[in-house]
Amino acid sequence: MNRISALFSKAKEPILNVYTTAGYPHFEDTMTVLTALQEGGVDIIEIGMPYSDPVADGETIQQSNQASLDQGMTVAHLFTQLKDLRQTITVPVLLMGYINPVLQYGVEAFCAKCAAIGIDGLILPDLPMAEYEREYKAIFEAHGLFNIFLITPQTTDERIRHIDSVSNGFIYMVSSASTTGAKTGISSDQETYFERIASMNLQNPRLIGFGISDHSSFMKASKNASGAIIGSAFVKLIGQATDLRAEIVDFVQSIKGKK
Amino acid sequence: MSFQVDEQGYYGNFGGAFIPEMLYPNVEELRSRYLDIIADPVFQAEYDALLKDFVGRPTPLFKAERLSAKYNTKIYLKREDLCHTGAHKVNNTVGQILVAKRLGKNKIVAETGAGQHGVATATVCALMGMECIVYMGAIDIERQAPNVARMRMLGAQVVAAKSGSQTLKDATNEAMRHWINHPVDTHYIIGSVVGPHPYPDMVARFQSIISAEIRTQLQEKEGRDYPDYVIACVGGGSNAAGAFYHFLDEPRTALIAAEAAGKGVNSGHSAATTFLGKSGVLHGSKSLLMQTEDGQVIEPYSISAGLDYPGIGPMHAHLFESGRGKFYGITDEEALVAAVECSQLEGIIPALETAHALAVFEKLQAKPNEIVVVNLSGRGDKDLATYQNRLKLND
Ligand SMILES: Cc1ncc(COP(=O)(O)O)c(C=O)c1O
Repeated sequence: MNRISALFSKAKEPILNVYTTAGYPHFEDTMTVLTALQEGGVDIIEIGMPYSDPVADGETIQQSNQASLDQGMTVAHLFTQLKDLRQTITVPVLLMGYINPVLQYGVEAFCAKCAAIGIDGLILPDLPMAEYEREYKAIFEAHGLFNIFLITPQTTDERIRHIDSVSNGFIYMVSSASTTGAKTGISSDQETYFERIASMNLQNPRLIGFGISDHSSFMKASKNASGAIIGSAFVKLIGQATDLRAEIVDFVQSIKGKK
Repeated sequence: MSFQVDEQGYYGNFGGAFIPEMLYPNVEELRSRYLDIIADPVFQAEYDALLKDFVGRPTPLFKAERLSAKYNTKIYLKREDLCHTGAHKVNNTVGQILVAKRLGKNKIVAETGAGQHGVATATVCALMGMECIVYMGAIDIERQAPNVARMRMLGAQVVAAKSGSQTLKDATNEAMRHWINHPVDTHYIIGSVVGPHPYPDMVARFQSIISAEIRTQLQEKEGRDYPDYVIACVGGGSNAAGAFYHFLDEPRTALIAAEAAGKGVNSGHSAATTFLGKSGVLHGSKSLLMQTEDGQVIEPYSISAGLDYPGIGPMHAHLFESGRGKFYGITDEEALVAAVECSQLEGIIPALETAHALAVFEKLQAKPNEIVVVNLSGRGDKDLATYQNRLKLND
């Protein structure tokens, strides 16, 4: 079974998915960050493949992408850094990024490499569902990779149902109409939206992302979903950390309320 | 072969709508409604009236006698520089603001490079009483200062894009991010034939008035409704799309595009996409794109802010790949020479973007009885500081 499905089927507590940019804060930090996240008790890790033009991302993640690229990060380098991933990391790992670097690497070669390394799924926000179904789905599935789709407060029920029917693993619920890191906290409007989606009885579980930054917003989001995703708040933390490992462990534990 | 967009939003291998889910409802609403909106006779009447009385169309097709004599052929200038606001960009913004009204939007966001699209957007927003935010690269804000002042005079908010190369590409990123953050009340007026489907087709349709007029005007002046060559500069490609549109299926007309080669196609300081680009995805569509092997977008360079873009519209990528269009790379220097030539032979100071199209005469070698139409996409007032500096006009 894919590690993501296994996790959701046995999880008793809210699931925490943390996004980190590859090669950030320093080029060689990728595996250090992953190991510390796991040590702190994270449930899923989402590794951002840096891109020059990340339109769905706000300033924090943009800057981390640029810093990583400036240090020479590429898809090929990232695969080298991750080659022994499964010797230490047991939690599910997703790669998140934009479609163009994947196209240039070659979709087939990219997916084969992901499978060989032990990547469980992909989040490619600018790969639309129609394109995915037409050209990519067969390749992803042949390599056992889950494609994670986003829904937003503006996504119609009909489209959510369709996304649910082609999704594997979980659905990424964007908490508000925004880029990453634009807002923090969760309003009552957003809670209404979470409840609306929860009541749709979708076949896939949901994680809520965008605007989750601390224990309280994590717990609030988890009331109406299987858990939540933290990105900008984590990237900000590691960008300023003086003791990377200790601060990451501490951050994860405090989000999960284990501290 | 078809050069129009297909049902899936593609021109051959290029196009599509590669957008994050956050933009899907807006783009889908536009896609499902734009053709009906544009076809509505009430819309058409309103659009035509504004083009006539506000923009000042039809723009003249001017026989450039001294340029014709110099190059020993028949050269006509399509005077888009005489449009209100000084460039072709307003043809599109008039159309899109009317679409925005019908979509129930009351705020507009736009990107701009040279500032011409920003000014044209700020202008129609003032006309229609809509709020207007324009993103512009920090470097462009500096090199196109007069247009920044015009936008502010018109009541628009100009926001500096400070990421990446701080030019048109980054202004476009910021405008898209703004739209993601304001999906309900805002319409994004893209300024060229780029972006996710249906933008390239919608913008091409609004600019197609240029070639529609050329046909009628040539019939009057030359007794035939097609030229042997149409030349236009290509940044994203909207003025070229408009000038080519009604000749796409006319095999007797050669379609000639001028790209910015900066300091030379292979100098590392260039924006000549068809020479340097490969298929890739940027700003919502698949097209030719200047990029590294790893798929990171390369920061382009051109003396001209409006051509300083690492991609071209999917229609042009298809024209290039199919061989229907012929593309020239024009350097900064060649463009400057052509700008001086047009100024001093015809009494028309062209925009720096347009000067790239004018530099093609030198390479074309058209025959004496052939008809060459060049789209004079804009006037040069906005570029005076660059001209002063590079041509030492103050010495
Ligand atoms: C006068 C003029 N011509 C051409 C362009 C290039 O744009 P496009 O290729 O979309 O016509 C610009 C863009 O700012 C412009 O101002």
